[in-house]
Amino acid sequence: MAFKIIVCAKQVPDTNVIKINPKTGTLIRDGVPSILNHDDANALEEALKIKDKHPDTHITVISMGPPQASDLLFECIAKGADEGILVSDRAVGGSDTWATSNTLEAAVLKWVKENGPYDMIFAGRQAIDGDTAQVGPQLAEKLGLPQVTYVEEFQISDDLKEVTVKRQLEDGYELIRVQNPCMLTTIKELNEPRYMNMKGIFGAKDIKVWNAKDIEVDLTKVGLEASPTNVFRSFTPAPKGKGVVLEGDTEKEVAKNLLINLKGKHVI
Amino acid sequence: MNFQLTKEQEFVRKLVREFATNEVEPLAADIDKEHRFPVETVEKMAKYGMLGVPFPAEYGGAGGDHISYAITVEELSRVCASTGVICSAHTSLCCWPIFNWGNEEQKKKYLPDLLSGKKLGAFGLTEPNAGTDASGQQTRAELVDDKWILNGAKVFITNGGYADVFVVMAMTDKKKGNHGISAFIVEKGDKGFSIGKTEDKMGICASSTTELIFQNCEIPADRLLGSVGDGFKVAMSTLDGGRIGIASQALGIAQGAFDVTVEYMNARKQFGKKLSQMQALQFGMADLKTKIEAARLLVYRAADMKDKHLPYGEAAAMAKLFAAETAMEVTTKCVQYHGGYGYTKDYPVERMMRDAKITEIYEGTSEVQRMVIAANTFKK
Amino acid sequence: MAIKILNDKCKGCSLCVKACPFDALKLENKLAVVDEGKCTNCNACISKCKFDAIEAAPEAEKVDLSAYKHIWVFAEQRNGKLMNVALELIGEGYRLAKEISDDTQVCAVLVGDGIDHLADECFAYGAEKVYMIQDPLLKNYTTDAYTKVLKQAIDEYKPEIVLYGATHIGRDLAPRIAARCNTGLTADCTRLDVKVSSYIEYAEKNTTLDTSSLDPNDPSTGIKQTRPAFGGNLMATIICPRTRPQMSTVRPGVMQKREKVEGAKGEVVNVKPEISADDIHIQIVDIVKSAKEMVSLTDADIICSGGRGLGDASGFELIKQFADKVGGVVGSSRAAVDAGWIDHSHQVGQTGTTVKPKIYFACGISGAIQHLAGMQTSDIIVAINKDADAPIFEVADYGIVGDLYKVIPEIIAEWDNAEALYDAANK
Repeated sequence: MAFKIIVCAKQVPDTNVIKINPKTGTLIRDGVPSILNHDDANALEEALKIKDKHPDTHITVISMGPPQASDLLFECIAKGADEGILVSDRAVGGSDTWATSNTLEAAVLKWVKENGPYDMIFAGRQAIDGDTAQVGPQLAEKLGLPQVTYVEEFQISDDLKEVTVKRQLEDGYELIRVQNPCMLTTIKELNEPRYMNMKGIFGAKDIKVWNAKDIEVDLTKVGLEASPTNVFRSFTPAPKGKGVVLEGDTEKEVAKNLLINLKGKHVI
Repeated sequence: MNFQLTKEQEFVRKLVREFATNEVEPLAADIDKEHRFPVETVEKMAKYGMLGVPFPAEYGGAGGDHISYAITVEELSRVCASTGVICSAHTSLCCWPIFNWGNEEQKKKYLPDLLSGKKLGAFGLTEPNAGTDASGQQTRAELVDDKWILNGAKVFITNGGYADVFVVMAMTDKKKGNHGISAFIVEKGDKGFSIGKTEDKMGICASSTTELIFQNCEIPADRLLGSVGDGFKVAMSTLDGGRIGIASQALGIAQGAFDVTVEYMNARKQFGKKLSQMQALQFGMADLKTKIEAARLLVYRAADMKDKHLPYGEAAAMAKLFAAETAMEVTTKCVQYHGGYGYTKDYPVERMMRDAKITEIYEGTSEVQRMVIAANTFKK
Repeated sequence: MAIKILNDKCKGCSLCVKACPFDALKLENKLAVVDEGKCTNCNACISKCKFDAIEAAPEAEKVDLSAYKHIWVFAEQRNGKLMNVALELIGEGYRLAKEISDDTQVCAVLVGDGIDHLADECFAYGAEKVYMIQDPLLKNYTTDAYTKVLKQAIDEYKPEIVLYGATHIGRDLAPRIAARCNTGLTADCTRLDVKVSSYIEYAEKNTTLDTSSLDPNDPSTGIKQTRPAFGGNLMATIICPRTRPQMSTVRPGVMQKREKVEGAKGEVVNVKPEISADDIHIQIVDIVKSAKEMVSLTDADIICSGGRGLGDASGFELIKQFADKVGGVVGSSRAAVDAGWIDHSHQVGQTGTTVKPKIYFACGISGAIQHLAGMQTSDIIVAINKDADAPIFEVADYGIVGDLYKVIPEIIAEWDNAEALYDAANK
């Protein structure tokens, strides 16, 4: 029987490219490319590495987002995933992490209904647009799975039943053993994501789009209104006032000038 | 008319752009300087299916189209024209003639390894005294005891030093002129076949350009590609398609030079303002951008015609003529807009300018492209 | 469900429309109308209405918010040592508690085994009460066990706010607890407010936010959690109006510790955890302190950071010399980490460490917004960069336009002469 992996992935705006309109103080999202979230690419890569070793592995990528996020699933399948599922419905729009995990839980349960139990779930640690790192653990909680976050090294036993991972800490790591099924959230230290391949791009694409009705989610638990957190205000950070540019004919003079100034501020 | 790329074509661009940025661009300056063929890049291109884009999956290809193939060469060449031509020569000049002219046994024998990139291909037509004028071929092939014996030499063979499979033209009946040429598949290691000197070139320095030497080279009878006397047709049809590849390479070089120049003009200040704020330079860039876009349309159209099995020889010639001359003009101007820095190897535009020149020369000079277009114009 | 307008009482005075922070009310035919999609049941309008024409959403929808009181800090300890961020949060929790009301307390929650000694440290830094949850099964952090015992304590004692450090443990634990409590959680906060007037003061001083729609006399004390989003390009303030406890993870290094008061005491409440080995589904095989160079960017007085402008990895040798000379710590931009020149543990910024040293030297760092997010509150920023237009100069107190490879050696050479130079210059 195939080893079944679910990967959670999100399409995000490339925050490196986002700029602020200096006049209005708003985000300029025009022309900002949508990309596969970085940590999620590591999640998919680890699943693909299992598939490289155990070809009888089936990888399903589940994403929640607007209809155009199906491009993300195209990309994941072009890298080697078997199936992509996009949960897309206005009813789930504006969800915070709690409501998002409810939506994903419903999608996973529907998948299980059709395909039987899964063996593992991989998710990226966090998405670069929100940086919350909450959806992975919250989905694990809803599904009643043990979780390991910040996974930086991964090993799976030959019988695919037990995984041993290094969980990154600020000053080292923990070596953790856990039985499948479990939820792992991944960071960039874990692996180097592969590119798509040409055969994958031109091959068949099993992409399904599910709405709120399809996943039979309780509508009082998803979307903006059901979300326990709301945005109260949003704004752009104010830049600090301009400082002084130090002059001097030579580098030595500039350096001296700097030190005189720092001394004057009593900081050295 | 439909000027939208398909989703697949857009993803091909995304794939090759990412690949080129991470794997190809960091090497480009070094391999140019060292005149080093990037074996490691070829292995990676193979891994991601870039060496068999426009061929069906049943032979191990990606199952893609020729616009996708053009995009692949374009995006590789955008950062490194040497890498672009490795893909182009392999795909257009070796895989394609075997795919199009080979019998089923030959296709089954050669294509899976070539399209998966396990083996690299090259094409041998040009000789010291015969370029596009194929009838001057001095390499001869004779059938002796069920074996073909080849004698002669080829020059300027792209991928020569690193290829495993060669499609080679040789005269089998001198009296018949062009109709006396036949095409053969030669393998590295065939008895009597060796690689001669490697050219020291002005540009595309990381591409391996060599002589091929045949001294009583002995190959089995089943290496004949097409029928006896088909060689000229094999060569000319192959070059028609090859021109789409080279046009794509030229397009990529032009786009690459343009992009780095935009970046430079946004950063470089003179007379108290950025170069990008100077109208003379802005207008110059506007012209270049327009020409690049025009070249792109010609290239993609030729590729599209090939996909649709329409006659594309003239379209390919126009694409190559215009894209190559555009690449030369764009790179020359981009060096100019970089000022003194552009003339140094600290910036990539001087390399791009040297690389651009070859696109006006190989697989038919610009003069030859004009001959093709004129011949189509004035034919009865 | 949203608030309800009682049409027979509404006079169309528009006071509620002005009071609504979410633009969810408008006047139609001289009556207030609610946009249910926008209303968050913050109830800001109810007190503003002079005609009792607004009813809160039905109670069944809501948790009894008033049953929740006091501020809890998850006082994270590792190996019997408190994390710095726990003390910072006690300080911040104290400030917030007193803004809510005089009788609101800040309480530290200690989870572990054999950690009685940590209670005094919490008291010394301002905790008024300590909840002590100890069991051999809690010796090392596990998601399963810590979630279970904290949920148990939260259910029993009902805190109004729970704060966690945004550490690798806090960010593993907090979402799991929030999901189990079905409440909201805001990640990686850099500013917390409860009083609207404090929020206004903060916003006016530090942000571009238009505060005219906020009422400084608003008595509500729901938490306002401010955090960067979109890679620091945007700041968002998040509220959690309908569920309790309100929960945040807070970035280490941002909040202020209180002055230490030796010998301070408070009440210790021992909570008996209901936990068994069967509750824990993972096995910790080993905990390893990394051998890599310890960087304590958060504690450093001086940080010398290098970026893409170094050109290559060897540039960090100069940065290291510089840091050694000035008694500082080596930092880096994300670009330098991404290029593989230096380990991620040195990274300052949105996805790295937030720092607040006395002096921050930004060497060859252009000042991408992600980087600025992590260092712009430094006391003094010195930028050394070739490009006079680099955004780093926007935040720098002292800018040097020039080649860092020429400038830094001169600073190193003159460093010990600073006092003499200063005296000479001020003669």
